[in-house]
Amino acid sequence: MNDAAYNFGYLDEQTKRMIRRSILKAVAIPGYQVPFGSREMPLPYGWGTGGIQVTAAIIGIGDVLKVIDQGADDTTNAVSIRRFFSRMCGMATTEKTAEASIIQTRHRIPERPLSEGQILVYQVPIPEPLRWLEPRESETRKMHALREYGVMHVKLYEDIATKGKVATAYDYPVLVNGRYIMRPSPIPKFDTPKMHRNAALQLFGAGREKRIYAVPPHTDVVPLDFEDHPFAVETWDRPCALCGAGNTFLDEIVVNDRGGRLFVCSDTDYCNERQEAGHRGDGGAGLEAAE
Amino acid sequence: MTDAPILRVDGLGKAYGRRIACRDICFDLWPGEVLAVVGESGSGKTTLLNCLGGLIAADAGTVRYTRRGGGEIDLATAGEAERRAILRAEWGFVRQNPRDGLRFGVSAGANVGEPLMAIGSRHFGKIRSTASEWLEAVEIDAHRIDDLPSGFSGGMQQRLQIARNLVTHPSIVLMDEPTGGLDVSVQAKLLDLIRRLVRENGVSAIVVTHDLGVARLLADRMLVMKEGEVVESGLTDQLLDDPQAAYTQLLVSSVLTV
Repeated sequence: MNDAAYNFGYLDEQTKRMIRRSILKAVAIPGYQVPFGSREMPLPYGWGTGGIQVTAAIIGIGDVLKVIDQGADDTTNAVSIRRFFSRMCGMATTEKTAEASIIQTRHRIPERPLSEGQILVYQVPIPEPLRWLEPRESETRKMHALREYGVMHVKLYEDIATKGKVATAYDYPVLVNGRYIMRPSPIPKFDTPKMHRNAALQLFGAGREKRIYAVPPHTDVVPLDFEDHPFAVETWDRPCALCGAGNTFLDEIVVNDRGGRLFVCSDTDYCNERQEAGHRGDGGAGLEAAE
Repeated sequence: MTDAPILRVDGLGKAYGRRIACRDICFDLWPGEVLAVVGESGSGKTTLLNCLGGLIAADAGTVRYTRRGGGEIDLATAGEAERRAILRAEWGFVRQNPRDGLRFGVSAGANVGEPLMAIGSRHFGKIRSTASEWLEAVEIDAHRIDDLPSGFSGGMQQRLQIARNLVTHPSIVLMDEPTGGLDVSVQAKLLDLIRRLVRENGVSAIVVTHDLGVARLLADRMLVMKEGEVVESGLTDQLLDDPQAAYTQLLVSSVLTV
């Protein structure tokens, strides 16, 4: 049941209206950062105040919410945000990607392909892709407006020149709909190709920086690269130790104090589903033997 | 040289509140020509250059520039998008302080490569080899391509800035006191370099300086400014050897000789 002392979804109706207006504008101009009047939320900046406001503005009684943090449904941040909405809205929550209508995420895009009608809400710490190179907000806005994006490649150049490859492993800059350069929030670059022409609506909320931006369904999202150094995602030399999947993003987990470690899917829901379907990994046998 | 000026400045003015920095500046710049703007501190030289380079907006006047593909455009009234695109692709601006003209957070190679990337180059190997050629051209060892500019000497930083500005083969380069703050032997080397590069690449340049020696070495023509106005203009040698205006006579006679 929802808590009668609070309005549905915690935020008052005027605030939700303001945020929805910003979301509509963001959807209309894919990749453009729309300023909005970010509110104080009952959690600290950096814990997902932007994402939680976007979710609060779009959530309805019929919605089913899933919250993931680093791909997992059972981490502190994910559990408390899920509980927050279940108390504020009295609505259903889930850990299953397929069942959710809204997925609020930090650091990952679920492995299971999203379908039309689903909404993915990202928590964004720093929305401005040009911030690293240009500290002035007035100037970065002008650069976006005039499409002066050459400077973005300076960062990639510097990576290749000093490290031999593009060392940006997360929050990889992308060009949205052939127009705006966007920071996809700190997802690993493994997930970047999943944004391209995704069937789901992708919304991004940055609470501290007071910006909302969006990628509508089926929109082009292209990572920046050089012709002779094309974009490439991370690969692992072994499959998941629990479910045996060879095409997922793996987390390294230390399992004992003798240096033993496992590589397992970071998407816990996807991994569990595969295990229930009878898939099994080697349980890290090869690794243990190597120690 | 062709028979039409590449830049025609007419009636340019700029005031900061009630203080007038530039008043009614008129001059033409011809293709391949080096024009020096001299005058004492506070005479409006840098304001003039900043107005031309788009760093500040002029209050009055026209700046008509002949584009590479032909066609004249008034930069003072052009839209910001168009003006910035032209300045990026066809102009260069060597700033007095290398910290204003370079990115100190990234390597020398990235600094030289940035203008190329800004006009659409997306091939790492080509950008890098062009950057390396230009470092050689400004007498910086190519193996320092991955060093940060903060590790360079003042003269090297200024040379790096020149490479960064010439790499796109601009039609016009603006230079604000390019030799300021450097010791005399480094100054002499830098002047030789600028003179060679400007001649080899056939660019037009406007050099702001308070040093008449620099003007004598580099420039074909000179403007002498005082209190925001041009008091005299003409061929460099003629003007320095036979100054007409009282202020120019004073300026020429105050040069120390050794």
